[in-house]
Amino acid sequence: MSGPNTDYDPVEVTPLKADQVDAMREAALAAIAAAPDLEALKQVRLDHAGDRSPIALANREIGALPPQARKEAGQRVGQARGAINQALTTRQAVLETEHEERMLAEETVDVTLPTTRRRRGGRHPLTMQSELIADLFVAMGYEVAEGPVVEAEWLNFDALNLGPDHPARTMQDTFWTEPAEDHVVLRTQTSPVQARTMLTRTPPIYVVCPGRVFRTDEYDATHSPMFHQVEGLVVDEGITMAHLKGTLDHFASQLFGDGITTRFRPSYFPFTEPSAEVDVKCFVCRGVGSDSCRTCRGEGWIEWGGCGVVNPRVLVACGVDPEVYSGFAFGMGIDRSFMFRHDLEDLRPLFEGDVRFSSAFGTEI
Amino acid sequence: MKAPLSWVLDHVDVPDGTTTEEITDRLTLTGLKLEAIESPGREITGPLVIGRVLTKEPEPQKNGKTINWCTVDVGDANGTGEPQGIVCGAHNFEPGDLVVTVLPGGVLPGGFEIGARKTYGHLSAGMICSARELGLGDDHDGIIVLPADAGEPGQDVRRVLGLDEETIELEVNPDRAYALSIRGIAREVLVSVDGATGFRDPAVRDTPAANDEGHPVDVEDAEGCPVFVARTVTGFDPTAPTPDFMVRRITAAGMRPISLAVDVTNYVMLETGRPIHGYDADKVQGALVVRRAREGETLTTLDGTKRVLNPADLVVTDDSGIIGLGGVMGGETTEISDTTTTVLVEAAHWDAVSMFRTGRRHKITSEAGKRNERGVDPTICEAAADRVVELLVEHGGGRAHPGVTVVGSPPAVPAVQVPGGLAARVSGMPISEERSVECLRAVGCEVSGSGTLLVTPPPWRPDLTDAQDFSEEVVRLVGYDKVPSILPTPPSGRGLTRPQQLRRRIGRTLAGEGYVEVVSFPFVGTADLDALGLPDDDPRRDLLRLTNPLNTEAGFMTTTLLPGVLRAAGKNVGHGTTDVAIFETGTVTLPRHAGPAAILPVDRRPTEEEFAALDAALPAQPLHLAVVATGDAVSGGWWGEARPVSWADAVEAVRSVAAALGLEVTASAAEVAPWHPGRCAEISVDGEVVGHAGEVHPTVCAAFGLPKRSVAAEVDLDVLIAKAVHLRTAPTFSSFPVAKEDVALVVDASVPAADVEAALREGAGELLESIRLFDVYTGDQVGEGKKSLAYALRFRAPDRTLKEGEAAAARDAAVALAAERTGAVQRA
Repeated sequence: MSGPNTDYDPVEVTPLKADQVDAMREAALAAIAAAPDLEALKQVRLDHAGDRSPIALANREIGALPPQARKEAGQRVGQARGAINQALTTRQAVLETEHEERMLAEETVDVTLPTTRRRRGGRHPLTMQSELIADLFVAMGYEVAEGPVVEAEWLNFDALNLGPDHPARTMQDTFWTEPAEDHVVLRTQTSPVQARTMLTRTPPIYVVCPGRVFRTDEYDATHSPMFHQVEGLVVDEGITMAHLKGTLDHFASQLFGDGITTRFRPSYFPFTEPSAEVDVKCFVCRGVGSDSCRTCRGEGWIEWGGCGVVNPRVLVACGVDPEVYSGFAFGMGIDRSFMFRHDLEDLRPLFEGDVRFSSAFGTEI
Repeated sequence: MKAPLSWVLDHVDVPDGTTTEEITDRLTLTGLKLEAIESPGREITGPLVIGRVLTKEPEPQKNGKTINWCTVDVGDANGTGEPQGIVCGAHNFEPGDLVVTVLPGGVLPGGFEIGARKTYGHLSAGMICSARELGLGDDHDGIIVLPADAGEPGQDVRRVLGLDEETIELEVNPDRAYALSIRGIAREVLVSVDGATGFRDPAVRDTPAANDEGHPVDVEDAEGCPVFVARTVTGFDPTAPTPDFMVRRITAAGMRPISLAVDVTNYVMLETGRPIHGYDADKVQGALVVRRAREGETLTTLDGTKRVLNPADLVVTDDSGIIGLGGVMGGETTEISDTTTTVLVEAAHWDAVSMFRTGRRHKITSEAGKRNERGVDPTICEAAADRVVELLVEHGGGRAHPGVTVVGSPPAVPAVQVPGGLAARVSGMPISEERSVECLRAVGCEVSGSGTLLVTPPPWRPDLTDAQDFSEEVVRLVGYDKVPSILPTPPSGRGLTRPQQLRRRIGRTLAGEGYVEVVSFPFVGTADLDALGLPDDDPRRDLLRLTNPLNTEAGFMTTTLLPGVLRAAGKNVGHGTTDVAIFETGTVTLPRHAGPAAILPVDRRPTEEEFAALDAALPAQPLHLAVVATGDAVSGGWWGEARPVSWADAVEAVRSVAAALGLEVTASAAEVAPWHPGRCAEISVDGEVVGHAGEVHPTVCAAFGLPKRSVAAEVDLDVLIAKAVHLRTAPTFSSFPVAKEDVALVVDASVPAADVEAALREGAGELLESIRLFDVYTGDQVGEGKKSLAYALRFRAPDRTLKEGEAAAARDAAVALAAERTGAVQRA
């Protein structure tokens, strides 16, 4: 290419005249501003900034100018193109935002429409109650012990100081199985798990055993042939009734609320001596015993379960040396606890399988 | 035990002003829990007074009845002192009689309010009462006419009628049979109630010495009957009525008055705790003999039941044969009747274990049996018999025969060594040895020694045999309410076991999947198994039979949870809940027929072998899971059509549970009841079958009230939990690009998709990342008896980008193997 020919007669290139370039620029900017949507802007871009747009054509003419004119024209066209591109970018962003807003507005739904398409599941409240109780004791360092519901007579009775002719055997109306000489029963209490625990672990023993038990009670609002108990057993050195009281007070306050304590009344269980009935302070009237309190029927206390110091005879039958160790045991109805904790007067819904009942308790209580 | 309070207070004094509630509160805290306080007059309020009939004018009515228009002097009770005008329908009284009058404002049992009202042309201001109107029994033949010395007109009549008599009902635990008597309760009042004194033991009395003139008795089994006392009352008037106080007390105690002779024996039993039997002496032939029954002997007891006796039963015989089941129930032939004039009184002490066994064997429960089998004071037979004689003489006009037969003597009660500090050690309370001794003496023990106490329990406490038993007596008198509350410190625990955690996880998983947990009784009947359509040789028909089921139609322990969940689902549908998904976890009982679970000794620990044998003798009791779903899995709505449950939901429920345990299960076709034979999957893990899932057979659906196409599954959770993956290895991911290939294969309709997939997997080799069956097509385009399975395959290498053609080559290898194994043909 030859060098600039300053002597060359300048050629007038019309498109590069200042007023022409300004006009192109103004026309482009006006078209950009007027583009109503992205589609229109696309056409505007082609028309005013595309390869065949006036300004692009003008740009190509710059080379034809004499050197001294080139600089000025180049600057002028460059500025115009910059302004057009800037305007395009800005307009593009504005229109995109507008477009998005319009689309979102068009996509508006009625959020009050029902959303439940699948059934909600739920766990049985007694399962959850059992777990809740187990967790309270696990938090104290206890472990959860288990045993079979179809149980050896010896473990359900004899090992627990309920000999074959013990009058207390009639306290617990037992389901027996055939053949009778097999000596197999449906456990009437979770206590055989105590015996199993002592037979398979060495002290110190701190266990809690929730489980199903069976008695030949006719099924009605307050009796069921199958129900759930939770039993606790501690065997350690120096264990006394005071430890039993402390444990049950703690249990009661955890399950029924701060300040809810227990009361002991003398009772009789062959596997404990001394034995006590344990009442829990009514958590509704808080022990006031007002006549209007449905939960405790105005007594201020609710019968909760039985407990006592493990009878040394039971320790012996289960291989624990009563000279070294002593223990306590307690047992209460999970169903019963659930009933007064949740204000259920008739226990039958617990065993009828109506999903409306269990569903009401969700998956944790 | 129901105890009329006045009877108790005949034998012990409490400080003036002590309320009934104060007494029962104390008894409750020392171990006799109050059940109820009853009083016949509790429901009666307002003026109830003695009235003297002044005039009585019979007035026949149009309806045929005659009423009496009476004026009654009620003193100042009506506020005016003027006679009260009252219409009375009864006729069994005359002017001058004292009657029971309720005045306007009074309320009788049943909320019956008394006012002044116009009737039969008179203003009747009050009512003259019958026994029934006062809640005092069923007697409505006429009004009550009081004895002439009952009191003055206007005086409150409650005391005269015993309406203010309170009866306390106490719960008596089986170890404390002594409290099944007024004597025992009075003693408890003495030791429990502050300031109680003056215990007057009804069983302590001067009794005539034994002699040879009494009715001859021969006790052949002194172990079964250590003491037998016989007394006779002659010249007894069988028509003599039972005195009112006795009727009231017996009735209040919950027994039925029968005749004077019978009532007296019951009265003395209630008073002393010692059951008494009365014979019509004229019907007794020769000496009474106590022995065990012989094989095949029978007796008709006085409840009219003919009983075949057991050689272990204790019987009383005379020359005619057996006349009574000793200590349990008398026989018909010597029963006291309305012609009995000579009463032979038996007060005998019987072996408690024998009483318990005979009672169970013959299913006899009686007030006498209840006491005899729990243990009665053996030292009071003579006193009790003497008290009976006294009352029969006093109220029946009889004469005490001078003969007194006493055979045997009460067994000696051994003394027990009790450490002086035991009560403190057991209770955690600072109970001194002196305090222990004081308490033990209070309950009737003889105590000597120190450090180690030598304690002889009183004869009415056969339950006190071990040192620990005595500590309970001390602690209950010191007060259970004084036991401090101390939380022990267990060693660090290990938390829930793995299976315990996993069981919770399974429940939460299913709840998350939309299933609701139910709890059913584990009882089942053969009809339930028939309803499931189980074949005769199905192992689930091997059931553990209950000896005493509540319902004979569900007389076994179930081997499957399905009947329970199917029934529950059917019930929900019946209640109008048509979309139901439920689950249950519980043990089933699978008999092992492994022989008896031995009754082991209790004076030592069983050996490991003995304990293991005990467990081995029990049925297997694996934990099962059952699910049932019916109706829609996804309901229809603005989003689209409903999706009804299908067999696949049942399989998926099991897969979800398995996945929660880190397991993958395999499904294969099976034909097992109660499932649809073509829609039942056998589920296995690592080649071990864990259960079945699928669509329930339409006949079974119908049997349980479920619509067709309901689905169910049952699996053994113990097996799944045992196989659960404990420690999962962390995965690594490839970050190189994925290559996707789709294939559609046509196979015979009978070829399981799982087989095709397995072949594809194996053929595709290591580059295969995942495979997904995204479409199953049957129809004209693939031809009769064929199906097209469309799979999406994803390939990726762990360490590089796959080269061109590598994925396609792997896909071709996969298809080739599927073709070889399953006859699959790739669709064009």
